[in-house]
Amino acid sequence: MFRVRGRRIAACAAVVATAMTLASCGSRVDQSSSSTAATGAVDASGTTIKVGLLNSLSGTMAISEVTVKNALMLAVDEINAAGGVLGKKIEPVSEDGASDWPTFAEKAQKLISQDRVAAVFGCWTSASRKAVKPVFEKNKALLFYPVQYEGLEQSPYIYYTGATTNQQIVPALDYLKAQGKTSLYLVGSDYVFPRTANKIIKAYADANGMKVLGEDYAPLGSTEFSTITNKVKAAGAGAVFNTLNGDSNVAFFKEYKSAGLTADKMPVLSVSIAEEEVKSIGTQYLADQLTAWNYYQTTPGAANEKFVKAYKAKYGEDKPTSDPMEAAYVSVYLWKAMVEKAGAFDVEKVKAAGAAGDITFDAPEGKVTVDGPTQHVHKTARIGKIGSDGLINEVWNSGEPIKPDPYLKDYAWAKSLA
Amino acid sequence: MTLVFSQLFTGISIGAVLLLIALGLSLTFGQMNVINMAHGEFIMAGAYTVYVVQQIITNAGVSLLVALPVAFLVAGAMGVVLEFLLIRRLYTRPLDTLLVTWGVALILQQLARDIFGAPNVQTRAPDLLTGSITIFSSGDGNDLMVANSRLFILTLALLAVAALTLGLRMTPLGRRIRAVVQNRDLAAASGIATGRVDRMTFFIGSGLAGIAGVALTLVGPIGPTMGTNIIIDAFLVVVVGGIGQLKGTVIVAFALGMMQSLVEYSTTISVAKVLVFLTIVAFLQWRPQGLFTLRTRSLA
Repeated sequence: MFRVRGRRIAACAAVVATAMTLASCGSRVDQSSSSTAATGAVDASGTTIKVGLLNSLSGTMAISEVTVKNALMLAVDEINAAGGVLGKKIEPVSEDGASDWPTFAEKAQKLISQDRVAAVFGCWTSASRKAVKPVFEKNKALLFYPVQYEGLEQSPYIYYTGATTNQQIVPALDYLKAQGKTSLYLVGSDYVFPRTANKIIKAYADANGMKVLGEDYAPLGSTEFSTITNKVKAAGAGAVFNTLNGDSNVAFFKEYKSAGLTADKMPVLSVSIAEEEVKSIGTQYLADQLTAWNYYQTTPGAANEKFVKAYKAKYGEDKPTSDPMEAAYVSVYLWKAMVEKAGAFDVEKVKAAGAAGDITFDAPEGKVTVDGPTQHVHKTARIGKIGSDGLINEVWNSGEPIKPDPYLKDYAWAKSLA
Repeated sequence: MTLVFSQLFTGISIGAVLLLIALGLSLTFGQMNVINMAHGEFIMAGAYTVYVVQQIITNAGVSLLVALPVAFLVAGAMGVVLEFLLIRRLYTRPLDTLLVTWGVALILQQLARDIFGAPNVQTRAPDLLTGSITIFSSGDGNDLMVANSRLFILTLALLAVAALTLGLRMTPLGRRIRAVVQNRDLAAASGIATGRVDRMTFFIGSGLAGIAGVALTLVGPIGPTMGTNIIIDAFLVVVVGGIGQLKGTVIVAFALGMMQSLVEYSTTISVAKVLVFLTIVAFLQWRPQGLFTLRTRSLA
């Protein structure tokens, strides 16, 4: 009786496993066949100019990436209402990356060779960026990437409008040091960003007399944090540096509060929690904890008031704006400025226009400038405190935009990282 | 020393969560042999029930207490509908049941996304359940503390086990359920409406999933995909515990929780998970039928 049942269960498992393997194979085959397609130059012959929007509109990343697509569409609409770029209206072509990295590569190829777009805006996870990078480099096409990331990358065909490490993680550490914190505990999800970030944090700590008392990684999607919380508590660190992503944050902060740990005893500084995430974790658990970004919905300035107002008018009063959304919105305007300076949509001419380092935009976060050599953006770092209303209030900023340094070449303590 | 105790309690509390999510499954999978991949989504339904109840009753404590029976009924009703429409037609085809219920799970996830939106929703826990009790004060700030939410889940899990055990042993329905499990044909021949008993069993099993969902709102995220993260652990507990036996489920839930917590403390989550899985594989080699087995005279 039991033997038969065991076999049946094994057979069931085999069916599921096979189905999953086949599903993932399918997309991979498409990718390799399409990447051999002919290179499409930018098509600027029509009365409109096409640009690609490449975001996950389905799958686990959709929650975050849809907001980025919304921000991109807002920028496109505004530019079109003001007359377009070089007299041409922008025609957005949206593709769904489906939270699947091979699909991102496949859709990027489609946008470049079939739609012959002038530039592509999008991607969120580092894995999706790494997947499309060779496609853009091979076809000599442009990608604007709007999310903070782990640095150590500089592709000639990618513009990075989110923060690199020296505009987010390093200022966050400077802030904690200035607050008199001498020891840290590192908690992160187990993938490339947290691991790289923590390597940088440890090098910084070594050079600045801070102690790293512990380092723990949880698999993505992990929701059992009682042991990690016990370890954090026992270590008694001055602060926790949190690079967890997604659902894990909810479980971690619920456990953290249950264990009697509070923001004034042992603050948690997070680099992946923006306004949207605050809403789904719950202010009950997050109040007074710290975040590090370059933009908050509450950032003062006329440009931001206009951005927040326009976004809410288009997508709903209850929709918050966040850092990656702002960086996406800005990326379209920076591309427009480069095209107008070049006087053409041609990729190499646009790149040449960007290389001089005089492309600027009065962004919601303040003035941003494209850095010629690195193709990153000069950005102001901001530390925020999460309020009980779910918004994040700035408690510190770097005063002026920080020059991007993706390889941390200007930091003596970071020599060992390269 | 404080650490050892707090890790022991962590083990018990992980075990309590495992027990709650596996308890309903031990009825539907363990007693009825139905591989219900949508069990995790019934748990999700229970969690969303808390969210909906809180929209109506604003007091966090009262709404949680109200949500418990409501979630039981909601998830139970979903179970009965699933049983009536699909599963009862597939009792002899376990492979098809697996695929069909997996499909139902995907539909329910999408439904949750359409109704509540793709991002997680938040519920408020009563203040009483976000704090902790200090069991032992060590003086150096590293006190032995026990989270109230975990105590609540532990109590809930033990109450559910007690109610289920008593129900199966003492009530006429419990007797009928056991009769059908042990020998379906003989039970039918003795005048038991086996179809109705199946439906009631499924109702209770699914309802328990709803209760588990309510408890999980205190410790984890509430979102459309929360069920998929849970379902594997639930099946593990029931398979290792032995099919058809409640006490196996209880013992294995706490044993796995304890093992996870003690191994994880000296290593990492991933290593602990691997070791737990390896142990389970080795254990099932030794006892493929699980910890306890139900001896019957049935020829099936």
